[in-house]
Amino acid sequence: MKREIPIAITFIVGTVFALAYFIPREPFSLFERQFGDWFGIIAAFAIWLGALNLMKISAMKIARKKPDFIYASLIILSFLVMIFFGFYEGYKGLFAEPQFSYRDAGTGFNWLYEYVYSALSATMFALLAFFVASASYRAFRARNLEATLLLIAAFFVMLGRVPVGDMLTTWMPIGYTMSDWANWIMSVPNTAGQRAIMIGIALGLVSTSLRIILGLERSYLGGE
Amino acid sequence: MIRRLFGLLSGTVIFLLFLFPTNIVAQDEVAGDSLSGSESAMDTLLLKEKTPQPPFNIVAEDVDNDAGEAIKLSWDLSPDDFQDGNVKEYVVLRSESAEGTYDTLGNTTQGIKSFIDNKVEIGKKYFYKIAALNYEKVNYVYLWNANSESAVAGPVVATAQWFNTGRIWVLLTILFISGAIIYFIWGAKSGKSFYIRKIAGIDEVENAVGRATEMGRSIYYVPGIHDMDDVQTLASMSILGRVSKMAAQNDTRIDVPVSRSLVMVTAREIVKESYSKVGRPDSFQDEQVRYLTDDQFGYAAAIDGLFVREKPATIFLIGAFFAESLIMAETGNSIGAIQIAGTAMPAQLPFFVAACDYTLIGEELFAASAYLSREPKLLGSLKGQDMGKALFLIVIVLGIILQFFDVEMWRLFEVR
Repeated sequence: MKREIPIAITFIVGTVFALAYFIPREPFSLFERQFGDWFGIIAAFAIWLGALNLMKISAMKIARKKPDFIYASLIILSFLVMIFFGFYEGYKGLFAEPQFSYRDAGTGFNWLYEYVYSALSATMFALLAFFVASASYRAFRARNLEATLLLIAAFFVMLGRVPVGDMLTTWMPIGYTMSDWANWIMSVPNTAGQRAIMIGIALGLVSTSLRIILGLERSYLGGE
Repeated sequence: MIRRLFGLLSGTVIFLLFLFPTNIVAQDEVAGDSLSGSESAMDTLLLKEKTPQPPFNIVAEDVDNDAGEAIKLSWDLSPDDFQDGNVKEYVVLRSESAEGTYDTLGNTTQGIKSFIDNKVEIGKKYFYKIAALNYEKVNYVYLWNANSESAVAGPVVATAQWFNTGRIWVLLTILFISGAIIYFIWGAKSGKSFYIRKIAGIDEVENAVGRATEMGRSIYYVPGIHDMDDVQTLASMSILGRVSKMAAQNDTRIDVPVSRSLVMVTAREIVKESYSKVGRPDSFQDEQVRYLTDDQFGYAAAIDGLFVREKPATIFLIGAFFAESLIMAETGNSIGAIQIAGTAMPAQLPFFVAACDYTLIGEELFAASAYLSREPKLLGSLKGQDMGKALFLIVIVLGIILQFFDVEMWRLFEVR
């Protein structure tokens, strides 16, 4: 039964979702909404599972004094500080005149969100620029024919995206400047490649979904 | 006598003093009345000039291919609808009887000639009028306004359809592909063998796991940042099942840091089962599959930290990834780990190709589980998928040929 029930649920939900795409009327549209809501509710409750798991593993690291236990202490501290400000200011805001939310500007929670969390997120995102540079350097080394073609295409696209590219090719006839070449590379060979990948993905999605709905693919349940 | 005369004069003066101001006011009032009367007549004349002509040919019809939740209205613009003309906007009015009271339903700006009423109940009759409106406003206050209403359109009833005809081509395509997949699965069940082309990334999975075993270091499996409702995550979980089984057989530690609680629960069950299947249930520890955070960049930072500190020998980045893909893959590359990535996010594929040793591109991600299992019925489904590709190839070639003759075949396949 441990396997049969999940497979039956998968079959019913998968079939209803597939039918709802083609049958717009009730009850299919209703089921589609309800299944979506149920997933949202389960996922919301499951957040506690994740949060408690994070706390448990971090606490165990501190208790066992593992080499990186300092990071585990930071996790617990950050978690507790955010929870404290969230609950404390949420409660305070309920009885204040006028009422306010813990997320409103001026609250400690909001300050932590704006000046700690957002700044850290932006920093991580900004690192991407350096990673793109190092990855491009490796990818564009002309080791073989494919890599050389990639390098040439990248040269035209990058130069065509900045004003200096057009400045260098002003002597070319209209429609043949660097930005035109870049646009052609992006909209013809690049789009063709992307579409081929998209078609493959769509077919893979159909095939995988069918295998899962029919219960042929069970490895996601474990042990197959 | 003089005293009487003085008294009479004083009385007259006092009387006149009382009388005169009253007369002046009264005269003003009369003048005012006559003035406002002439202004009002002028206003009426001006308003008449500014009143727009109503729109015409109002058509109200049930929206096709829906659950009976909308009625579409369309009309021909008022003759006064042009730049600086008398129409500022159209007001849509609705009633449940032709002669009943019409309530305002919404409005559109000048030049727009359609409106969707999505506040309808199935089976109820509705009547509509469209009013052309002209006005002058200062600080949201009307100085004046003038409107004229169209003829009544209706009754119209919203109905729910049993089939969305705009998606007939999708249905036919899916039926063809599904039919081919099921046909080949049956073929595989009856013992037919199929040729499946080699997929380098998947072939390398076993070597990658073996490398970690030889080096005595761990394997990291990152299943992306989407939840269990994404097919990519499901495909990733299927591959995790195979990879964790290989790792358990080699008695190599596999760590699965996740960003979704439901993925954690599923992945934990999968890895635990894999360890049990190969007879090493005691080797599995719960913290091998752990939750980090739902936040995209928080997750990337945590993964980077783990990679740098623990230096795994093998990293799998398989699932749905976004901007964090390159951050993780480059960090993995910097520690010298062998990396196998796989995603169906086209925008992230170039990053993985640049930073990882092997990349499962799109469909290969979905094929990986079947390919690794070598089960005939799963391999049969891959063959069915190839038939789908053949169909697309034929349609594309046909489309190119027809385009030469100015026949826009894509319009035939338009999905609504």
